[in-house]
Amino acid sequence: MLSRGSKRAVAQLQTGVLRAFSAAPGTVTTPVPHEKTSFGGLKDEDRIFTNLYGKHDPFIKGAMARGDWYRTKDLVLKGTDWIISEMKKSGLRGRGGAGFPSGLKWSFMPKVSDGRPSYLVVNADESEPGTCKDREIMRHDPHKLVEGCLIAGVGMRARAGYIYIRGEYVNERLALERAIKEAYAKGFLGRNACGSGYDFDLAVHYGAGAYICGEETALIESLEGKQGKPRLKPPFPANVGLYGCPTTVTNVETVAVAPTILRRGPEWFASFGRKNNHGTKLYCISGHVNKPCTVEEELSIPLKELIERHAGGVRGGWDNLLAIIPGGSSVPLLPKRICDNVLMDFDALKEVQSGLGTAAVIVMDKSTDVIDAIARLSYFYKHESCGQCTPCREGTGWLYDIMTRMKKGDARLEEIDMLWELTKQIEGHTICALGDAAAWPVQGLIRHFRPEMEDRIGRAAERIAA
Amino acid sequence: MAACDAAGIDIPRFCYHQRLSIAGNCRMCLVEVEKSPKPVASCAMPAGPGMKIKTDTPLVKKAREGVMEFLLINHPLDCPICDQGGECDLQDQAMHFGSDRGRFTEMKRAVDDKNLGPLVKTVMTRCIHCTRCVRFATEIAGVQDMGITGRGRDSEVGTYVDKLLTSELSGNVIDLCPVGALTSKPFAFTARNWELKNTESVDVSDALGANIRIDSRGAEVMRIVPRLNEDVNEEWISDKARFQYDGLKRQRLSVPLVKGKDGGFRNAHWSEALLAIQQALKGVKGNEIKAIAGKLSDAEAMIALKDLMNRLGSGNLQHEAGFSDLDADVRSNYLMNTGISGIEKADAVLLIGSNPRLESPVFNARIRKMWLEGVPVYLIGSQVDLTYAYTYLGNSPEALTKVLKNSDALKRLKEAKRPAVIVGPGVLKRSDRDAVLQQVHGLVEKAEVVKEGWNGYNVLHDAASRVAALDIGFLPSARASAAPPAKFVYLLGSDDWQESDIPEGAFVVYQGHHGDRGASRADVILPAAAYTEKSATFVNTEGRAQRTKEAVPKPGDSREDWQILVALAEVLKQPLPYKTLNAVRERLAEVAPHLQHVDEREAPIWLNGEYFKAFASKAGKAAASNKEFRSSIDNFYMTDVISRSSQVMAKCVQAKGSMRQGSYAS
Repeated sequence: MLSRGSKRAVAQLQTGVLRAFSAAPGTVTTPVPHEKTSFGGLKDEDRIFTNLYGKHDPFIKGAMARGDWYRTKDLVLKGTDWIISEMKKSGLRGRGGAGFPSGLKWSFMPKVSDGRPSYLVVNADESEPGTCKDREIMRHDPHKLVEGCLIAGVGMRARAGYIYIRGEYVNERLALERAIKEAYAKGFLGRNACGSGYDFDLAVHYGAGAYICGEETALIESLEGKQGKPRLKPPFPANVGLYGCPTTVTNVETVAVAPTILRRGPEWFASFGRKNNHGTKLYCISGHVNKPCTVEEELSIPLKELIERHAGGVRGGWDNLLAIIPGGSSVPLLPKRICDNVLMDFDALKEVQSGLGTAAVIVMDKSTDVIDAIARLSYFYKHESCGQCTPCREGTGWLYDIMTRMKKGDARLEEIDMLWELTKQIEGHTICALGDAAAWPVQGLIRHFRPEMEDRIGRAAERIAA
Repeated sequence: MAACDAAGIDIPRFCYHQRLSIAGNCRMCLVEVEKSPKPVASCAMPAGPGMKIKTDTPLVKKAREGVMEFLLINHPLDCPICDQGGECDLQDQAMHFGSDRGRFTEMKRAVDDKNLGPLVKTVMTRCIHCTRCVRFATEIAGVQDMGITGRGRDSEVGTYVDKLLTSELSGNVIDLCPVGALTSKPFAFTARNWELKNTESVDVSDALGANIRIDSRGAEVMRIVPRLNEDVNEEWISDKARFQYDGLKRQRLSVPLVKGKDGGFRNAHWSEALLAIQQALKGVKGNEIKAIAGKLSDAEAMIALKDLMNRLGSGNLQHEAGFSDLDADVRSNYLMNTGISGIEKADAVLLIGSNPRLESPVFNARIRKMWLEGVPVYLIGSQVDLTYAYTYLGNSPEALTKVLKNSDALKRLKEAKRPAVIVGPGVLKRSDRDAVLQQVHGLVEKAEVVKEGWNGYNVLHDAASRVAALDIGFLPSARASAAPPAKFVYLLGSDDWQESDIPEGAFVVYQGHHGDRGASRADVILPAAAYTEKSATFVNTEGRAQRTKEAVPKPGDSREDWQILVALAEVLKQPLPYKTLNAVRERLAEVAPHLQHVDEREAPIWLNGEYFKAFASKAGKAAASNKEFRSSIDNFYMTDVISRSSQVMAKCVQAKGSMRQGSYAS
């Protein structure tokens, strides 16, 4: 902490000095925005989710004490355009996995209604293996989400919001429903929400626990009472979404951070993280660490620091690390060599051919059978494929079949290349991203652990020969 | 994809079908679009101005090969025993995009076959989940029976519960299925499609005149499939049109029969039979002769019979099943004036005494299509499931009176720009027909169904021969009602005559192709050709003249109807002035010129609506009774001699009956 602070001071001093020398006398100089070079160590006062661990009252009294619903009316009254521009300025990128700029996404909603109402749909179908961030929000800080729904609803001129929560989240749903009831009782929701003159209703809908229902159009289908199967795009939900009306589907975390961003200003939020990767983020660290946890941290924090500082380090020390899946089961894993100094943000992980995803960090130490681990993921995707389009329906099953043999070494060496080709045949050819999500972990495995796979095939062949 | 089709570029496809909603799930039609990082499904992508689409790049080829490989891994290699073989989309496209060897070494999927009834055979392991059948059932047939259960690799197409497909259009899923998962049960394992002779013809099972292709091998009709005609049947046909062909092989009359003194029939030569008729006619006065035409009679036969009867001094002609004295002076009185495809322009529909689902299922699908687009449908008639929702206004002429007085329905029809009234065949068969029609015409007048540029008065017929009969005036003459009881009755393929039509002791000649009710009453039987065995003209309910073609040879000694009548005329020394088919057709054109314009619809002249006004003011013979409206068809699967002889149709009736009794009765 100390060293980081002093480093920053030095950096400021240096830029100040440079500026003093370079500026021509008499001209007004615009301050060069200081470029941060180290990240992490989020201070308590900068945390958005102040009751992440449920140490305080999650409901209306506690929430209001923590600053939720504080002058929400004023935020609403500032209007749609202001909300969108503030969100754009904050640089918030969607927290559901794809990382699309939120302000931009919200601005796609029609500005003038053609008679159809607009809807906000909050995706609380948190099913990505390893991810448990929305869950903490909903059970311990539900009012952040409820208030966020109102703000986001105003931001996209929505008449009503639906929160689609996965069926397995029973307590979370109960907490959320209670929070909404409280908000209605206080007049924060419903007709004339918060006394602003804006009408906004919010309802909770629970799914039956299908992974695919986390895909936005499948979620809309499911919400409409149909089978949760993704729709074709275009038309995009912002044009034709829920019940054929303009709809925006956003992640719980994205919505829940919105009120705080507006209150504390987009500049404050943008001061965290690298360029294009601003803000704070909930990380869910699981697997072979000493203290698995969900923690709010700055974006762009080094992966190693995140694990050492918050999760008590890898079991058996950092050197015992084998690989990490940095963003939930669907992104390719990273071997230790890359984990040593990769930063946890959208762009840095993309550079190393992985992704931030939902920031669900799954740590595997050297005791892991990495091929088996990925085979298990293949099983998951085979099980969760909706079966609508060909490459995913047939491909995920095939991947799983091959992976099952791979983990025993019951395969030929050429089949590794074939496996790679198969993943490429699935990736990008499907209606939704589940095909991609099924392909990436296998691609990551082949990219980084090919020697292990070859070794296993070789040893199995020897065993058979013997 | 539509844009590419228009440009003449062929894009492979499985799930896409221009008459169904877009599913985009087969992923076979992937193309590269400039500025798009991923290949896109061309079926679902709207074409935009300036869009650059590449359909033959290595990327596209690779993507399609990938999809093809995935489709094939779980598709059984049973093409040699698959009825789809030779006309299978998957087979064809695998030739282009498939690999010559597989690299799939895992176990293939196997799926239980479903029981969809006596018409559609399923081999669900072959299914590639394109969902065309599901979309057809839900969208066009309007039965919510089919769907996908399970997910991922375990997805299965089927009926959700063990249920039969209860649609009169179910056979169309066979054509839609791009693979051999859904095939024709009666056709199963009987022929390979490349050994069949294709003949383009017209269906006669209802008055729609659906365009069909008759596939035959040797002297046998092997199957019947639809032909595209946007104005008539689009590309659907009813199950009866598709599957009744096995009735053509049973109960056929193949030699002339003459009733002996002992009351039994004996085989006879043509000359014998014709001479027997000549004998019977001796001493019979002209007005003691009567002719009744049947449902399947063609225009050529009816004109020849009419000419012969007139020569014999009889004007006592009638079309079977109580249709004898309809006023046929004005053509718009008995036609579907909007046209079959023109009905889609209507913005409000009133059905009177009609159940189009049974009378013409393909036409019913059109009404459903309109209803899906928001056109309101009103019904005066029996309250049955028409596959779409309607406003029920009652089921008696009284209800009609009520509607006529003042009602929302009348208001809606009046407000509509192009209202349509559809009168079912059941109405025309009522004894109080004129009184009911008078009310209907009153309604037509009041609701302005007929106006400048729009005649929304439609009559839906149920028999293929009816419009032609009315067009050529195969009707009783003015003096016919005063005629004494007939001593000689000539049945031209008529089996649905009323008991009162044939007096006791009358000499009956039956000319037709099936031994049914008519033949059993006859004294002389003359075997004729069925619609698959002759070239003949039929006029459908909208007034479109269409011709069948000879697909298979006539069985035994049978002859075409007009030939028999010409020969009989010779024997009776009343020769008809034509000896060839063309000459008969010229005669037809003299009587009704539009019968010469094959495949064209001759719209009736528009009399400024004056006709309907005149009819409305005409005094009816009898007051309308309060008998309920009934469709003329009770049993869709058995309406004429062919379908009554068909075992497949009998199985359909049985299946439907057992389903009604079963636990899934609907």
